[in-house]
Amino acid sequence: MRRTDPTRSGQPPLGLAGERLSPNLYDLAIFILIAAAFAILAHGARQIAAPAERLVGQPIVLDPINLPEYALRTTLRMFAAIVASLVFTFVVATLAAKSRKAELVILPALDILQSVPVLGFLTFTVTYFLHLFPGSELGAECAAIFAIFTSQAWNMAFSFYQSLRTVPRDLVEVSEHFQLSPWLTFWRLEAPFAAPGLIWNTMMSMSGGWFFVVASEAITVGDTTIKLPGIGSWLAVAIDEQDIGAVVLAVATMAVVILLYDQLVFRPIVAWADKFRFEQTAASQRPRSWVYDLWRRARLTRRTAQAVGWLGAGVERLLPRPRARPIVMRSSTARPFDIVWIALVLAIVAYALWRIVVFTRQSLDWHDVVIAVEMGFLTFARVVVLIALASVIWVPAGVWIGLRPWAASKVQPVAQFLAAFPANVLFPIAVVVIVHWHLNADVWLSPLMVLGTQWYILFNVIAGASAFPTDLREASTLFRLRQGQWWRRVIIPGILPYYVTGALTAAGGSWNASIVAEVASWGDTRLRAAGLGSYIADATAAGDYARVVLGIGVMSVMVVSCNRLLWRPLYRLAERRYRLD
Amino acid sequence: MDTVLPSTTDDLLVADHVRKLYPKGSGEDLLVLEDVTLRLRTNEIVSLLGRSGSGKSSLLRIIAGLMPPSSGTVSIAGRPVQGPAPEVAMVFQTFALFPWLTVLENVEIGLEAQRVPSAERHKRALAAIDLIGLDGYESAYPKELSGGMRQRVGLARALVVHPRLLLMDEAFSALDVLTAETLRTDLLDLWCEGRMPISSILLVTHNIEEAVLMSDRILVLASNPGRISSEITVNLPQPRNRLDPAFRALVDDIYARMTARTPGKTVQGLFPGTGISLNLPRVGPNLMSGLMEQVAGEPYHGKADLPALAGPLQMEIDDLFPVAETLQLLRFAEVAEGDIRLTDAGRRFVGLEPDGRKKLFAQHVLAYVPLVAHIRRVLDERENHAAPASRFRDELEDHMSVQFAEQTLKTVTSWGRYGEVFAYDEDTGVFSLDNPA
Repeated sequence: MRRTDPTRSGQPPLGLAGERLSPNLYDLAIFILIAAAFAILAHGARQIAAPAERLVGQPIVLDPINLPEYALRTTLRMFAAIVASLVFTFVVATLAAKSRKAELVILPALDILQSVPVLGFLTFTVTYFLHLFPGSELGAECAAIFAIFTSQAWNMAFSFYQSLRTVPRDLVEVSEHFQLSPWLTFWRLEAPFAAPGLIWNTMMSMSGGWFFVVASEAITVGDTTIKLPGIGSWLAVAIDEQDIGAVVLAVATMAVVILLYDQLVFRPIVAWADKFRFEQTAASQRPRSWVYDLWRRARLTRRTAQAVGWLGAGVERLLPRPRARPIVMRSSTARPFDIVWIALVLAIVAYALWRIVVFTRQSLDWHDVVIAVEMGFLTFARVVVLIALASVIWVPAGVWIGLRPWAASKVQPVAQFLAAFPANVLFPIAVVVIVHWHLNADVWLSPLMVLGTQWYILFNVIAGASAFPTDLREASTLFRLRQGQWWRRVIIPGILPYYVTGALTAAGGSWNASIVAEVASWGDTRLRAAGLGSYIADATAAGDYARVVLGIGVMSVMVVSCNRLLWRPLYRLAERRYRLD
Repeated sequence: MDTVLPSTTDDLLVADHVRKLYPKGSGEDLLVLEDVTLRLRTNEIVSLLGRSGSGKSSLLRIIAGLMPPSSGTVSIAGRPVQGPAPEVAMVFQTFALFPWLTVLENVEIGLEAQRVPSAERHKRALAAIDLIGLDGYESAYPKELSGGMRQRVGLARALVVHPRLLLMDEAFSALDVLTAETLRTDLLDLWCEGRMPISSILLVTHNIEEAVLMSDRILVLASNPGRISSEITVNLPQPRNRLDPAFRALVDDIYARMTARTPGKTVQGLFPGTGISLNLPRVGPNLMSGLMEQVAGEPYHGKADLPALAGPLQMEIDDLFPVAETLQLLRFAEVAEGDIRLTDAGRRFVGLEPDGRKKLFAQHVLAYVPLVAHIRRVLDERENHAAPASRFRDELEDHMSVQFAEQTLKTVTSWGRYGEVFAYDEDTGVFSLDNPA
């Protein structure tokens, strides 16, 4: 069955299984809309940013006593963001699944927003939220939470939407047949069916989110410098003060936090969600979690669950009893309305385009575009080389591990842990090394981009190799395939869907990471690698909104193009030809 | 079937001149049900017997209130159907159980929708589970159960809402032969002893023996468009024995009715559509030669009784009829009155070596399947002797639904490949004349 997590059966990463293959005009329209929204935001931000607000909150003190509190603050931000993302998902994805008009706009929008570099958002949102709550930390908190939200919400919504659209026909018929109310249908059919996909995506998004929470706690936009109490700010202060001991402490704390998150949140929830997997046969291997087992055995928790169930039933009773719904044929008379709707959307797009032109003309000319594109290609080259390098290393390693169940069961959790670990916490250590040995920043800052994302390749390949059918392995052993032949004909095609999933996630993550990885500092020493990431980072630091918009736009175009022209076709090929079901 | 019976209070279900059209993308709408009129009295089991494409599932869904008819009316217990009626419960072919709910929760779902208080819900669900022989499995999840047990859950879920009419949509066809038989017998026992709270059963099936085994009346549906072609009353006493000569005679009779050639229709009338838009079933060359060999060999010697053939081959009419009729289309066999007889070409085919078979097959598909001839002609005419499949798919879609076009094209591809009439490259989606070396 398809609706499961990628490590177990190669579910397409978000939106990849979508029908549209080549970019169409609609994508362009949505893209313009989103770019315009940024432009307008930036324009507004420039207006209000004038009286620079220096944040007064309590200063960050590099005292280990503070670390638990900072870690807690960082974690709370994560959970606030995940709640916001879930609410967004339930509302927006349901809307897209139930209304065709909403779907026409929401789907392409989600698709593009997935590719927009998250850290780019920060520039405007910080200014906005600060303005919204003048003089308090709340604005900065909201900005940080919003940054994490933008790294999670889109693909969660995508996953939920796809699930809602693929609810099995016969179960829908049963629900109609027994006249389940919409409320009951949602909780008995739609939500459980969507649960494994949504939960897996939520958990993966959350793993990715640690990176952004660290990056968004300490940020400077123009004259405004924010340091929210948290691990990210601790790290920023440690960098300023060149305190390597504090950096090591931050790394250790982060490791503990991620470990706790993995054991107390990630695994129990994935184990629990397993019961919603849509399958008619029992799988031999199930995700396990000691916390979940504990929870199930505890009597009190079962009572709590029951109470929640009664509460739900109570709510259901309060809702008006739906009348027997008369059945009607879905008519095709909606055509004229569609045309009006599309015309309306196009008009808005035209207006948006005009706004972009007006905004950018004030401070940019064609030369700036050329520079941004050039920088884009530099970063693109880095991503390509790094993903290729990571693949050369981790594909053989992953295959070796995946084919040995004992190794896979040991390594897989470690790889997932490493993928969740925010690599930016390790950046200062790398910078110290580069500074100490006087290495070329253009070259040696680059590996930082894949430091955190390479693990996606590893654990997806492990999952693929683990799932490789034994009979095919035995057959290739019996035929005594030569080494090269075995890789080319047997294992590479066998793991391709998994590899594509991993490489795509890694590439997307690397683009994002470039904004923090291409610029690094240690005390007063600033290292800078030429590229689009440093272009955006510099523009952000200088409060140059026009260039930030331009940089984000160029990066989004490049990421979307990569997805459309490389990953999606590759994924299709893998799905069609090499899927082992 | 057009005679309108006088309405009596006994009528639990009345379907009156029901028609069903499916809108197609282009061209005319597809007529799946043509003027179907049927009545179901209390205390009887009626089968709707037909092949795939006879619209029997559509008819059942219209009766269940899951789908409106294009014209005509359905009423249950005297009230017109405008959505799922409370008197009706349905058992699904695919079981349609919620995998994340336990057996008990699955059975309770209908009661939950009716807002039956939880204590009573529990009591009734346990009673239904007991009745259907599932006690002990209340807290199991569907995936832990075998197919037969799952369908019992489906049955309990339907019975627990106390319907008057039970609809069964090919409820036994996803089960293996033995399990299906056990479940049928158990259901009949419960029915005969009056232990189920239902007054009538309407079951849809493509299994002739199942229909004869279970029902008091059989309505045979003809395809394209679906319509009731005959009504058979089964007067055999329960429990019925499959080996009873009267039982066999009835099965033979129904086979004969279902293969009877409609006067005035040509061989091509077997499948919907004409010319290149003939709608072909998914029957491969292997299956065809297998059946021909079977008929040619002992003990049939070229002429076999279809029911007798179906038994040992474990094929139900939905599997057997398309093969037999494809052979008829290709003039390798003739099917009439429940018998299949090989033609001279068919006998010759069986006697040939693989290469000879391919040549003979090629001759026949080119002569009798216009679409194959058409593709070949296009390839011959073209300079590069290649043509994309999409070209033919578009042509087909003018005349049939997307799924049927896909199926027809797949069938033709496999025939063309076997007879080496043309080649097809899956990657590029192109038909060509070159044979890969």
